[in-house]
Amino acid sequence: MIDIRNLTKEFDGNYVLTDVSETIRKGEIFAIIGPSGQGKTTLLRILGLLERPTSGQVLLEGRSITHLSDNDPVRRRIGMVFQNHVAFKDSVYNNIAIGLRYRGFGKDEIKKKILQKLDEIGLAGYENRKATTLSGGEKQRVSLARVMVTGPDILILDEPTANLDPVSTEVIEDLIRYYNKELGTTVLMSTHDLIQGQRLADRVAVMMNGRFIQSGTIFDVFTRPCSVDVAKFIGIGNILPGKVIRKEDGISVILTHGVEIFAIGENPVGTRVKVAIRPEEITLHTGPDRWSSARNVIFGTVTGVRPFGIISLIGVKSGDLHLSAQVTWQSIHELDLKPGVQVVLSFKAPSVHLMPEENHHECR
Amino acid sequence: MNDLLTGIQTAIGLILVADPEVLNITFRTLQITFSSVLLSTIIAIPLGSAITFRNFHGKKTLISLIQTLYALPTVIVGLLCYMLLSRSGPLGELRWLFTPNGMIFGQTILIIPIMTGLSIAALQAIDPVITDTIRSLGASRLQFLRSHLREARFAIMAAIIVGFSRAISEVGTAIMIGGNIKGHTRVLTTAISLQTSMGNFNLSLALGIILLAIALVINLFMGFVQNR
Repeated sequence: MIDIRNLTKEFDGNYVLTDVSETIRKGEIFAIIGPSGQGKTTLLRILGLLERPTSGQVLLEGRSITHLSDNDPVRRRIGMVFQNHVAFKDSVYNNIAIGLRYRGFGKDEIKKKILQKLDEIGLAGYENRKATTLSGGEKQRVSLARVMVTGPDILILDEPTANLDPVSTEVIEDLIRYYNKELGTTVLMSTHDLIQGQRLADRVAVMMNGRFIQSGTIFDVFTRPCSVDVAKFIGIGNILPGKVIRKEDGISVILTHGVEIFAIGENPVGTRVKVAIRPEEITLHTGPDRWSSARNVIFGTVTGVRPFGIISLIGVKSGDLHLSAQVTWQSIHELDLKPGVQVVLSFKAPSVHLMPEENHHECR
Repeated sequence: MNDLLTGIQTAIGLILVADPEVLNITFRTLQITFSSVLLSTIIAIPLGSAITFRNFHGKKTLISLIQTLYALPTVIVGLLCYMLLSRSGPLGELRWLFTPNGMIFGQTILIIPIMTGLSIAALQAIDPVITDTIRSLGASRLQFLRSHLREARFAIMAAIIVGFSRAISEVGTAIMIGGNIKGHTRVLTTAISLQTSMGNFNLSLALGIILLAIALVINLFMGFVQNR
Protein backbone atom coordinates (compact mmCIF):
# COMPACT_ATOMS: atom_id res chain seq x y z
CA MET A 1 0.00 0.00 0.00
CA ILE A 2 2.79 2.42 0.94
CA ASP A 3 6.12 2.13 -0.82
CA ILE A 4 8.96 3.99 0.81
CA ARG A 5 11.77 4.33 -1.70
CA ASN A 6 15.29 5.46 -0.82
CA LEU A 7 14.15 8.27 1.45
CA THR A 8 16.82 10.64 2.61
CA LYS A 9 16.34 13.71 4.76
CA GLU A 10 18.96 16.29 5.50
CA PHE A 11 18.73 19.12 8.02
CA ASP A 12 21.57 21.66 7.81
CA GLY A 13 24.07 19.14 6.48
CA ASN A 14 23.09 16.37 8.92
CA TYR A 15 21.50 13.27 7.49
CA VAL A 16 18.57 12.36 9.70
CA LEU A 17 17.40 9.65 7.31
CA THR A 18 19.64 7.76 4.93
CA ASP A 19 18.29 5.63 2.11
CA VAL A 20 15.23 4.27 3.90
CA SER A 21 13.13 1.79 1.90
CA GLU A 22 10.23 -0.40 3.01
CA THR A 23 6.82 -1.56 1.89
CA ILE A 24 3.87 -1.22 4.23
CA ARG A 25 1.01 -3.59 3.50
CA LYS A 26 -2.65 -2.66 3.57
CA GLY A 27 -4.29 -3.42 6.89
CA GLU A 28 -1.19 -4.20 8.90
CA ILE A 29 0.25 -2.59 12.01
CA PHE A 30 3.80 -1.64 11.18
CA ALA A 31 6.00 -0.40 14.01
CA ILE A 32 9.25 1.47 13.71
CA ILE A 33 11.24 0.67 16.79
CA GLY A 34 14.52 2.08 17.93
CA PRO A 35 16.08 4.35 20.51
CA SER A 36 15.07 8.03 20.68
CA GLY A 37 16.66 10.51 18.30
CA GLN A 38 17.32 8.06 15.47
CA GLY A 39 14.99 9.50 12.83
CA LYS A 40 11.69 7.76 13.58
CA THR A 41 9.73 10.99 13.98
CA THR A 42 11.20 12.53 10.83
CA LEU A 43 10.24 9.47 8.81
CA LEU A 44 6.67 9.53 10.14
CA ARG A 45 6.40 13.26 9.47
CA ILE A 46 7.38 12.64 5.85
CA LEU A 47 4.82 9.83 5.60
CA GLY A 48 2.25 12.13 7.26
CA LEU A 49 3.01 14.77 4.60
CA LEU A 50 4.27 17.29 7.15
CA GLU A 51 7.82 17.28 5.78
CA ARG A 52 9.33 16.69 2.39
CA PRO A 53 12.28 14.37 1.92
CA THR A 54 15.59 15.63 0.55
CA SER A 55 15.51 12.77 -1.91
CA GLY A 56 13.61 9.56 -2.53
CA GLN A 57 9.87 9.20 -2.56
CA VAL A 58 6.80 7.70 -0.95
CA LEU A 59 4.23 5.98 -3.15
CA LEU A 60 0.67 5.50 -2.00
CA GLU A 61 -0.98 2.86 -4.17
CA GLY A 62 1.61 3.59 -6.84
CA ARG A 63 1.26 7.37 -6.81
CA SER A 64 4.02 9.58 -5.45
CA ILE A 65 2.81 11.66 -2.49
CA THR A 66 6.03 13.32 -1.42
CA HIS A 67 5.49 16.69 -3.02
CA LEU A 68 1.77 17.30 -2.66
CA SER A 69 0.27 20.69 -1.91
CA ASP A 70 -1.39 21.30 1.45
CA ASN A 71 -4.80 21.08 -0.22
CA ASP A 72 -4.33 17.70 -1.87
CA PRO A 73 -7.17 15.29 -1.01
CA VAL A 74 -4.66 12.48 -0.32
CA ARG A 75 -3.80 14.31 2.90
CA ARG A 76 -7.29 13.53 4.15
CA ARG A 77 -6.70 9.80 3.79
CA ILE A 78 -3.79 9.92 6.22
CA GLY A 79 -4.34 10.73 9.90
CA MET A 80 -1.64 11.45 12.42
CA VAL A 81 -1.40 11.42 16.23
CA PHE A 82 1.62 12.97 17.88
CA GLN A 83 3.73 12.14 20.88
CA ASN A 84 2.96 15.31 22.82
CA HIS A 85 -0.70 15.20 23.61
CA VAL A 86 -2.22 18.61 23.14
CA ALA A 87 -5.82 19.68 22.84
CA PHE A 88 -7.36 22.70 21.19
CA LYS A 89 -8.53 25.31 23.71
CA ASP A 90 -12.08 24.23 23.16
CA SER A 91 -14.67 21.67 24.23
CA VAL A 92 -14.03 17.97 23.73
CA TYR A 93 -16.82 18.02 21.15
CA ASN A 94 -15.21 20.80 19.10
CA ASN A 95 -11.84 19.10 19.41
CA ILE A 96 -13.16 16.01 17.70
CA ALA A 97 -15.34 17.92 15.24
CA ILE A 98 -12.53 19.93 13.64
CA GLY A 99 -11.57 17.45 10.89
CA LEU A 100 -15.22 16.78 10.05
CA ARG A 101 -15.87 20.51 9.73
CA TYR A 102 -12.92 20.80 7.34
CA ARG A 103 -14.61 18.13 5.25
CA GLY A 104 -17.91 19.98 5.22
CA PHE A 105 -20.07 17.46 7.09
CA GLY A 106 -23.48 18.63 8.29
CA LYS A 107 -24.25 19.33 11.95
CA ASP A 108 -26.36 16.24 12.55
CA GLU A 109 -23.87 13.91 10.95
CA ILE A 110 -21.01 15.45 12.93
CA LYS A 111 -22.94 14.99 16.14
CA LYS A 112 -23.76 11.37 15.38
CA LYS A 113 -20.15 10.52 14.51
CA ILE A 114 -18.73 12.30 17.56
CA LEU A 115 -21.07 10.63 20.03
CA GLN A 116 -20.12 7.27 18.58
CA LYS A 117 -16.39 8.04 18.83
CA LEU A 118 -16.74 9.33 22.40
CA ASP A 119 -18.36 6.04 23.25
CA GLU A 120 -15.55 4.08 21.60
CA ILE A 121 -12.82 5.95 23.45
CA GLY A 122 -14.65 5.62 26.76
CA LEU A 123 -15.35 9.34 27.18
CA ALA A 124 -19.12 9.35 26.63
CA GLY A 125 -20.66 12.37 28.34
CA TYR A 126 -17.44 14.42 28.08
CA GLU A 127 -18.51 16.44 25.03
CA ASN A 128 -18.90 19.76 26.85
CA ARG A 129 -15.76 19.44 28.99
CA LYS A 130 -12.87 21.79 28.24
CA ALA A 131 -10.36 19.54 26.50
CA THR A 132 -7.37 21.32 28.06
CA THR A 133 -8.52 20.15 31.51
CA LEU A 134 -8.34 16.45 30.58
CA SER A 135 -5.53 14.15 31.74
CA GLY A 136 -2.72 13.24 29.34
CA GLY A 137 -4.24 9.85 28.57
CA GLU A 138 -7.67 11.36 27.95
CA LYS A 139 -6.20 14.03 25.68
CA GLN A 140 -4.43 11.34 23.68
CA ARG A 141 -7.73 9.42 23.37
CA VAL A 142 -9.37 12.61 22.11
CA SER A 143 -6.49 13.04 19.62
CA LEU A 144 -7.10 9.52 18.39
CA ALA A 145 -10.84 10.13 18.10
CA ARG A 146 -10.24 13.43 16.27
CA VAL A 147 -8.30 11.57 13.62
CA MET A 148 -10.35 8.37 13.46
CA VAL A 149 -13.69 10.16 13.19
CA THR A 150 -12.57 11.34 9.74
CA GLY A 151 -12.16 7.72 8.66
CA PRO A 152 -8.56 7.72 7.38
CA ASP A 153 -7.15 4.74 5.48
CA ILE A 154 -3.81 5.16 7.18
CA LEU A 155 -3.21 6.07 10.82
CA ILE A 156 0.24 7.33 11.76
CA LEU A 157 1.15 7.36 15.45
CA ASP A 158 4.39 8.90 16.65
CA GLU A 159 5.25 7.39 20.03
CA PRO A 160 1.58 7.61 21.02
CA THR A 161 2.10 6.43 24.59
CA ALA A 162 5.60 7.75 25.35
CA ASN A 163 4.35 10.26 27.90
CA LEU A 164 1.55 8.19 29.40
CA ASP A 165 1.11 6.05 32.51
CA PRO A 166 0.72 2.26 32.10
CA VAL A 167 -3.08 2.25 32.42
CA SER A 168 -3.54 4.96 29.77
CA THR A 169 -1.02 3.16 27.58
CA GLU A 170 -3.11 0.02 27.70
CA VAL A 171 -6.26 1.93 26.75
CA ILE A 172 -4.52 3.54 23.77
CA GLU A 173 -3.06 0.20 22.67
CA ASP A 174 -6.51 -1.42 22.84
CA LEU A 175 -7.93 1.40 20.71
CA ILE A 176 -5.15 1.06 18.13
CA ARG A 177 -5.81 -2.67 17.90
CA TYR A 178 -9.58 -2.06 17.69
CA TYR A 179 -9.31 0.45 14.83
CA ASN A 180 -6.89 -1.80 12.97
CA LYS A 181 -9.00 -4.94 13.33
CA GLU A 182 -12.52 -3.49 13.15
CA LEU A 183 -12.04 -0.74 10.59
CA GLY A 184 -9.09 -2.23 8.71
CA THR A 185 -7.06 0.95 9.15
CA THR A 186 -3.42 0.52 8.20
CA VAL A 187 -1.37 1.61 11.20
CA LEU A 188 2.16 2.97 11.07
CA MET A 189 3.61 3.73 14.44
CA SER A 190 6.89 4.43 16.14
CA THR A 191 7.87 3.33 19.59
CA HIS A 192 11.05 3.08 21.61
CA ASP A 193 9.33 0.35 23.60
CA LEU A 194 9.95 -2.91 21.78
CA ILE A 195 7.56 -4.75 24.06
CA GLN A 196 4.84 -2.43 22.78
CA GLY A 197 5.97 -3.36 19.28
CA GLN A 198 5.61 -7.00 20.27
CA ARG A 199 2.12 -6.43 21.68
CA LEU A 200 0.79 -4.50 18.69
CA ALA A 201 2.76 -4.88 15.51
CA ASP A 202 2.45 -7.37 12.68
CA ARG A 203 5.84 -6.30 11.44
CA VAL A 204 8.56 -4.06 12.79
CA ALA A 205 11.58 -2.24 11.46
CA VAL A 206 14.49 -1.30 13.66
CA MET A 207 15.71 2.23 12.98
CA MET A 208 19.17 3.35 14.02
CA ASN A 209 21.18 6.33 12.79
CA GLY A 210 18.49 7.16 10.26
CA ARG A 211 18.49 3.72 8.64
CA PHE A 212 16.31 0.66 8.82
CA ILE A 213 18.83 -1.88 10.06
CA GLN A 214 16.44 -4.78 10.19
CA SER A 215 12.80 -5.42 9.47
CA GLY A 216 10.54 -8.43 9.74
CA THR A 217 8.21 -9.95 12.27
CA ILE A 218 8.89 -9.07 15.86
CA PHE A 219 9.82 -12.75 16.33
CA ASP A 220 12.53 -12.51 13.67
CA VAL A 221 13.99 -9.40 15.22
CA PHE A 222 13.82 -10.81 18.74
CA THR A 223 15.36 -14.15 17.93
CA ARG A 224 17.66 -13.29 15.04
CA PRO A 225 18.97 -9.73 15.46
CA CYS A 226 21.16 -9.03 12.49
CA SER A 227 23.68 -6.73 14.11
CA VAL A 228 25.23 -5.96 17.45
CA ASP A 229 23.30 -2.68 17.66
CA VAL A 230 19.99 -4.47 17.22
CA ALA A 231 21.02 -7.20 19.65
CA LYS A 232 21.90 -4.58 22.26
CA PHE A 233 18.67 -2.66 21.65
CA ILE A 234 16.49 -5.74 22.13
CA GLY A 235 18.33 -6.45 25.35
CA ILE A 236 20.58 -9.38 24.61
CA GLY A 237 23.02 -9.23 27.49
CA ASN A 238 25.81 -11.46 26.19
CA ILE A 239 27.49 -10.32 22.98
CA LEU A 240 30.92 -11.82 22.40
CA PRO A 241 33.46 -11.68 19.57
CA GLY A 242 34.36 -15.10 18.14
CA LYS A 243 35.50 -17.14 15.15
CA VAL A 244 34.06 -20.27 13.55
CA ILE A 245 36.83 -22.89 14.02
CA ARG A 246 35.19 -26.10 12.82
CA LYS A 247 31.87 -27.87 12.13
CA GLU A 248 30.59 -30.91 14.01
CA ASP A 249 27.46 -32.71 12.71
CA GLY A 250 26.28 -29.47 11.08
CA ILE A 251 26.84 -27.52 14.26
CA SER A 252 29.35 -24.66 14.23
CA VAL A 253 32.00 -24.50 16.91
CA ILE A 254 32.93 -20.94 17.85
CA LEU A 255 35.99 -19.99 19.79
CA THR A 256 35.34 -17.00 22.03
CA HIS A 257 37.72 -15.81 24.74
CA GLY A 258 39.41 -19.20 24.72
CA VAL A 259 36.15 -21.12 25.22
CA GLU A 260 34.46 -23.31 22.58
CA ILE A 261 30.74 -22.66 22.07
CA PHE A 262 28.37 -24.74 19.94
CA ALA A 263 25.94 -22.84 17.76
CA ILE A 264 23.63 -23.32 14.78
CA GLY A 265 24.84 -21.19 11.88
CA GLU A 266 25.63 -21.07 8.21
CA ASN A 267 28.89 -19.17 8.54
CA PRO A 268 31.84 -21.01 6.96
CA VAL A 269 34.86 -22.06 8.99
CA GLY A 270 37.23 -19.18 9.54
CA THR A 271 34.53 -16.43 9.65
CA ARG A 272 34.75 -13.86 12.42
CA VAL A 273 31.34 -13.50 14.10
CA LYS A 274 29.58 -11.94 17.05
CA VAL A 275 27.93 -14.42 19.38
CA ALA A 276 24.66 -13.40 21.08
CA ILE A 277 23.22 -15.39 23.97
CA ARG A 278 20.21 -14.21 25.95
CA PRO A 279 20.79 -14.39 29.71
CA GLU A 280 17.37 -16.00 30.06
CA GLU A 281 18.47 -18.90 27.81
CA ILE A 282 21.32 -19.80 30.15
CA THR A 283 20.63 -22.22 32.99
CA LEU A 284 22.72 -21.91 36.11
CA HIS A 285 23.45 -24.75 38.57
CA THR A 286 25.76 -25.48 41.41
CA GLY A 287 25.36 -29.29 41.14
CA PRO A 288 26.59 -31.53 38.29
CA ASP A 289 23.60 -33.50 36.98
CA ARG A 290 20.93 -31.42 35.40
CA TRP A 291 22.66 -29.94 32.35
CA SER A 292 23.08 -33.13 30.35
CA SER A 293 20.78 -32.21 27.40
CA ALA A 294 22.45 -28.89 26.65
CA ARG A 295 25.32 -28.81 24.18
CA ASN A 296 27.18 -26.00 25.91
CA VAL A 297 28.44 -26.48 29.44
CA ILE A 298 30.73 -23.90 31.01
CA PHE A 299 32.25 -23.98 34.49
CA GLY A 300 32.84 -20.64 36.13
CA THR A 301 32.83 -18.38 39.18
CA VAL A 302 30.16 -15.87 40.17
CA THR A 303 31.47 -12.30 39.89
CA GLY A 304 28.35 -10.35 40.82
CA VAL A 305 24.59 -10.29 41.31
CA ARG A 306 22.47 -7.52 39.74
CA PRO A 307 18.83 -7.52 40.81
CA PHE A 308 16.01 -6.63 38.32
CA GLY A 309 12.90 -7.04 40.40
CA ILE A 310 11.90 -10.66 40.81
CA ILE A 311 14.77 -11.89 38.62
CA SER A 312 18.46 -11.14 38.81
CA LEU A 313 21.39 -11.20 36.45
CA ILE A 314 24.31 -13.26 37.68
CA GLY A 315 27.71 -12.37 36.27
CA VAL A 316 29.90 -15.44 35.75
CA LYS A 317 33.57 -15.57 34.73
CA SER A 318 35.25 -18.53 33.08
CA GLY A 319 38.84 -17.68 32.17
CA ASP A 320 38.55 -14.55 29.99
CA LEU A 321 34.91 -15.25 29.19
CA HIS A 322 32.26 -13.17 30.98
CA LEU A 323 28.60 -14.21 30.73
CA SER A 324 25.36 -13.10 32.38
CA ALA A 325 22.69 -15.61 33.33
CA GLN A 326 19.20 -14.91 34.53
CA VAL A 327 17.92 -16.56 37.71
CA THR A 328 14.96 -16.00 39.97
CA TRP A 329 15.27 -14.35 43.30
CA GLN A 330 14.36 -17.61 44.95
CA SER A 331 17.22 -19.46 43.22
CA ILE A 332 19.72 -16.92 44.50
CA HIS A 333 18.75 -17.88 48.04
CA GLU A 334 18.46 -21.61 47.37
CA LEU A 335 21.84 -21.79 45.64
CA ASP A 336 23.35 -19.17 47.95
CA LEU A 337 24.74 -17.24 44.96
CA LYS A 338 27.34 -14.63 45.77
CA PRO A 339 30.68 -13.62 44.28
CA GLY A 340 33.20 -16.46 44.42
CA VAL A 341 30.70 -19.35 44.26
CA GLN A 342 31.55 -22.05 41.68
CA VAL A 343 28.72 -22.60 39.18
CA VAL A 344 27.92 -24.46 35.97
CA LEU A 345 26.26 -22.66 33.05
CA SER A 346 24.47 -24.61 30.36
CA PHE A 347 22.65 -23.59 27.20
CA LYS A 348 21.55 -25.26 23.99
CA ALA A 349 23.22 -24.70 20.64
CA PRO A 350 20.01 -23.17 19.09
CA SER A 351 20.05 -20.57 21.88
CA VAL A 352 23.27 -19.17 20.48
CA HIS A 353 22.72 -16.63 17.73
CA LEU A 354 25.52 -15.67 15.35
CA MET A 355 25.79 -12.20 13.78
CA PRO A 356 28.24 -10.68 11.33
CA GLU A 357 31.23 -9.10 12.98
CA GLU A 358 30.88 -5.62 11.48
CA ASN A 359 28.24 -3.36 12.95
CA HIS A 360 25.60 -1.34 11.04
CA HIS A 361 25.16 -4.27 8.76
CA GLU A 362 21.83 -4.06 6.97
CA CYS A 363 20.43 -7.52 6.69
CA ARG A 364 17.01 -7.33 5.20
CA MET B 1 -7.18 65.97 49.41
CA ASN B 2 -10.50 67.72 50.01
CA ASP B 3 -10.37 69.16 46.52
CA LEU B 4 -10.05 65.68 45.14
CA LEU B 5 -13.02 64.39 47.16
CA THR B 6 -15.29 67.27 46.15
CA GLY B 7 -14.03 66.79 42.62
CA ILE B 8 -15.08 63.16 42.62
CA GLN B 9 -18.46 64.04 44.11
CA THR B 10 -19.07 66.68 41.45
CA ALA B 11 -17.89 64.27 38.79
CA ILE B 12 -20.33 61.59 39.88
CA GLY B 13 -23.04 64.23 39.95
CA LEU B 14 -22.25 65.27 36.38
CA ILE B 15 -22.41 61.68 35.23
CA LEU B 16 -25.64 60.96 37.11
CA VAL B 17 -27.47 63.99 35.71
CA ALA B 18 -26.21 63.02 32.22
CA ASP B 19 -24.70 66.41 31.48
CA PRO B 20 -25.23 66.95 27.73
CA GLU B 21 -21.69 68.27 27.19
CA VAL B 22 -20.20 65.24 28.96
CA LEU B 23 -22.44 62.82 27.04
CA ASN B 24 -21.57 64.44 23.75
CA ILE B 25 -17.83 64.12 24.36
CA THR B 26 -18.18 60.53 25.59
CA PHE B 27 -20.17 59.35 22.57
CA ARG B 28 -17.73 60.97 20.16
CA THR B 29 -14.81 59.35 21.95
CA LEU B 30 -16.44 55.93 21.70
CA GLN B 31 -17.31 56.46 18.08
CA ILE B 32 -13.78 57.46 17.12
CA THR B 33 -12.04 54.81 19.24
CA PHE B 34 -14.26 51.94 18.13
CA SER B 35 -13.85 52.96 14.51
CA SER B 36 -10.09 53.03 14.70
CA VAL B 37 -9.94 49.73 16.62
CA LEU B 38 -12.24 48.12 14.04
CA LEU B 39 -10.16 49.41 11.12
CA SER B 40 -6.93 48.42 12.79
CA THR B 41 -8.27 44.92 13.55
CA ILE B 42 -9.20 44.45 9.91
CA ILE B 43 -5.67 45.39 8.91
CA ALA B 44 -3.53 44.07 11.79
CA ILE B 45 -4.87 40.49 12.13
CA PRO B 46 -4.50 39.51 8.46
CA LEU B 47 -1.15 41.31 8.39
CA GLY B 48 0.01 39.51 11.54
CA SER B 49 -1.19 36.16 10.15
CA ALA B 50 0.62 36.71 6.87
CA ILE B 51 3.85 37.60 8.66
CA THR B 52 3.53 34.60 11.02
CA PHE B 53 2.73 31.93 8.47
CA ARG B 54 4.87 33.05 5.55
CA ASN B 55 8.58 32.59 5.38
CA PHE B 56 10.44 35.41 3.72
CA HIS B 57 13.75 37.14 3.89
CA GLY B 58 13.98 39.72 6.67
CA LYS B 59 11.04 38.34 8.67
CA LYS B 60 12.79 38.71 12.02
CA THR B 61 13.89 42.26 11.19
CA LEU B 62 10.34 43.17 10.22
CA ILE B 63 8.97 41.79 13.50
CA SER B 64 11.60 43.76 15.46
CA LEU B 65 10.65 46.88 13.57
CA ILE B 66 6.96 46.35 14.35
CA GLN B 67 7.81 45.85 18.03
CA THR B 68 9.85 49.05 18.02
CA LEU B 69 6.79 50.89 16.74
CA TYR B 70 4.87 49.88 19.90
CA ALA B 71 6.61 52.91 21.39
CA LEU B 72 5.58 55.17 18.52
CA PRO B 73 4.94 58.59 20.16
CA THR B 74 1.42 59.85 19.59
CA VAL B 75 2.74 63.29 18.66
CA ILE B 76 4.93 61.79 15.93
CA VAL B 77 1.86 60.07 14.48
CA GLY B 78 0.07 63.38 14.86
CA LEU B 79 2.82 65.19 13.01
CA LEU B 80 2.96 62.64 10.17
CA CYS B 81 -0.81 62.58 9.77
CA TYR B 82 -0.94 66.36 9.89
CA MET B 83 1.54 66.51 7.02
CA LEU B 84 -0.37 63.85 5.07
CA LEU B 85 -3.79 65.40 5.62
CA SER B 86 -2.95 69.10 5.38
CA ARG B 87 -4.24 70.98 2.32
CA SER B 88 -0.96 70.66 0.46
CA GLY B 89 -0.26 67.10 1.65
CA PRO B 90 -0.74 63.95 -0.44
CA LEU B 91 -4.11 63.20 1.23
CA GLY B 92 -5.18 66.84 1.46
CA GLU B 93 -8.01 66.21 -1.02
CA LEU B 94 -9.83 64.17 1.66
CA ARG B 95 -10.33 67.34 3.77
CA TRP B 96 -9.87 65.21 6.89
CA LEU B 97 -7.76 67.60 8.92
CA PHE B 98 -9.64 68.74 12.06
CA THR B 99 -12.38 66.14 11.49
CA PRO B 100 -13.29 62.93 13.35
CA ASN B 101 -12.30 60.99 10.22
CA GLY B 102 -8.81 62.41 10.45
CA MET B 103 -8.63 61.37 14.11
CA ILE B 104 -9.75 57.84 13.21
CA PHE B 105 -7.07 57.78 10.52
CA GLY B 106 -4.38 58.87 12.98
CA GLN B 107 -5.40 56.49 15.76
CA THR B 108 -5.59 53.59 13.33
CA ILE B 109 -2.01 54.22 12.27
CA LEU B 110 -1.01 54.58 15.90
CA ILE B 111 -2.36 51.20 17.02
CA ILE B 112 -1.69 49.07 13.92
CA PRO B 113 1.89 48.20 15.00
CA ILE B 114 0.99 47.05 18.51
CA MET B 115 -2.05 45.08 17.32
CA THR B 116 -0.05 43.48 14.50
CA GLY B 117 2.84 42.66 16.82
CA LEU B 118 0.63 41.17 19.51
CA SER B 119 -1.27 39.15 16.88
CA ILE B 120 2.04 37.72 15.67
CA ALA B 121 3.02 36.89 19.25
CA ALA B 122 -0.39 35.27 19.83
CA LEU B 123 -0.11 33.08 16.72
CA GLN B 124 3.51 32.18 17.37
CA ALA B 125 2.64 31.03 20.89
CA ILE B 126 0.44 28.23 19.53
CA ASP B 127 1.92 24.80 20.24
CA PRO B 128 3.54 23.44 17.04
CA VAL B 129 1.69 20.16 17.61
CA ILE B 130 -1.57 22.09 17.14
CA THR B 131 -0.26 23.39 13.81
CA ASP B 132 0.78 19.86 12.81
CA THR B 133 -2.63 18.55 13.82
CA ILE B 134 -4.44 21.20 11.79
CA ARG B 135 -2.28 20.48 8.74
CA SER B 136 -2.55 16.73 8.99
CA LEU B 137 -6.34 16.90 9.32
CA GLY B 138 -6.26 18.31 5.80
CA ALA B 139 -7.23 21.94 6.45
CA SER B 140 -7.49 24.21 3.44
CA ARG B 141 -5.56 27.48 3.56
CA LEU B 142 -8.55 29.36 4.96
CA GLN B 143 -9.42 26.58 7.45
CA PHE B 144 -5.78 26.55 8.57
CA LEU B 145 -5.95 30.28 9.29
CA ARG B 146 -9.37 30.15 10.94
CA SER B 147 -8.34 27.29 13.25
CA HIS B 148 -5.19 29.12 14.29
CA LEU B 149 -7.03 32.36 14.97
CA ARG B 150 -9.61 30.46 16.97
CA GLU B 151 -6.88 28.74 18.99
CA ALA B 152 -5.22 32.12 19.64
CA ARG B 153 -8.51 33.94 20.19
CA PHE B 154 -7.86 34.96 23.82
CA ALA B 155 -4.45 36.42 23.03
CA ILE B 156 -5.88 38.13 19.93
CA MET B 157 -8.63 39.63 22.09
CA ALA B 158 -5.96 40.90 24.42
CA ALA B 159 -4.27 42.52 21.41
CA ILE B 160 -7.55 44.25 20.57
CA ILE B 161 -7.96 45.44 24.16
CA VAL B 162 -4.44 46.86 24.16
CA GLY B 163 -5.18 48.65 20.87
CA PHE B 164 -8.41 49.99 22.30
CA SER B 165 -6.70 51.17 25.48
CA ARG B 166 -3.97 52.96 23.56
CA ALA B 167 -6.50 54.63 21.23
CA ILE B 168 -8.91 55.81 23.92
CA SER B 169 -6.19 57.18 26.18
CA GLU B 170 -3.98 58.99 23.68
CA VAL B 171 -4.10 62.75 23.42
CA GLY B 172 -1.30 63.74 21.03
CA THR B 173 -2.87 62.62 17.76
CA ALA B 174 -6.37 63.63 18.83
CA ILE B 175 -5.36 67.19 19.56
CA MET B 176 -3.06 67.65 16.55
CA ILE B 177 -5.38 66.14 13.95
CA GLY B 178 -8.72 66.89 15.62
CA GLY B 179 -7.89 70.28 17.04
CA ASN B 180 -10.23 69.84 20.05
CA ILE B 181 -13.11 71.68 18.35
CA LYS B 182 -16.10 71.80 20.69
CA GLY B 183 -19.00 69.69 19.47
CA HIS B 184 -16.99 68.40 16.55
CA THR B 185 -13.63 66.81 17.43
CA ARG B 186 -13.46 67.19 21.21
CA VAL B 187 -12.88 63.82 22.91
CA LEU B 188 -12.38 62.83 26.55
CA THR B 189 -8.62 63.23 26.61
CA THR B 190 -8.49 66.57 24.79
CA ALA B 191 -11.34 67.85 26.94
CA ILE B 192 -9.50 66.85 30.13
CA SER B 193 -6.42 68.64 28.89
CA LEU B 194 -8.36 71.81 28.10
CA GLN B 195 -10.51 71.84 31.26
CA THR B 196 -7.45 71.30 33.46
CA SER B 197 -5.62 74.21 31.86
CA MET B 198 -8.76 76.31 32.46
CA GLY B 199 -8.86 75.27 36.12
CA ASN B 200 -12.10 73.20 35.83
CA PHE B 201 -10.72 70.30 37.80
CA ASN B 202 -14.15 68.88 38.64
CA LEU B 203 -15.14 68.49 35.02
CA SER B 204 -11.70 67.07 34.20
CA LEU B 205 -12.05 64.50 36.95
CA ALA B 206 -15.53 63.55 35.78
CA LEU B 207 -14.25 62.98 32.26
CA GLY B 208 -11.29 60.99 33.59
CA ILE B 209 -13.59 58.74 35.62
CA ILE B 210 -15.75 58.15 32.57
CA LEU B 211 -12.71 57.23 30.51
CA LEU B 212 -11.55 54.70 33.08
CA ALA B 213 -15.07 53.35 33.51
CA ILE B 214 -15.30 52.68 29.78
CA ALA B 215 -11.98 50.83 29.90
CA LEU B 216 -13.22 48.84 32.88
CA VAL B 217 -16.46 47.84 31.18
CA ILE B 218 -14.60 46.75 28.04
CA ASN B 219 -12.16 44.66 30.07
CA LEU B 220 -14.92 43.07 32.14
CA PHE B 221 -16.77 42.17 28.96
CA MET B 222 -13.68 40.60 27.42
CA GLY B 223 -12.96 38.73 30.64
CA PHE B 224 -16.51 37.41 30.62
CA VAL B 225 -16.15 36.24 27.02
CA GLN B 226 -12.84 34.53 27.80
CA ASN B 227 -14.22 32.62 30.76
CA ARG B 228 -17.14 31.28 28.84
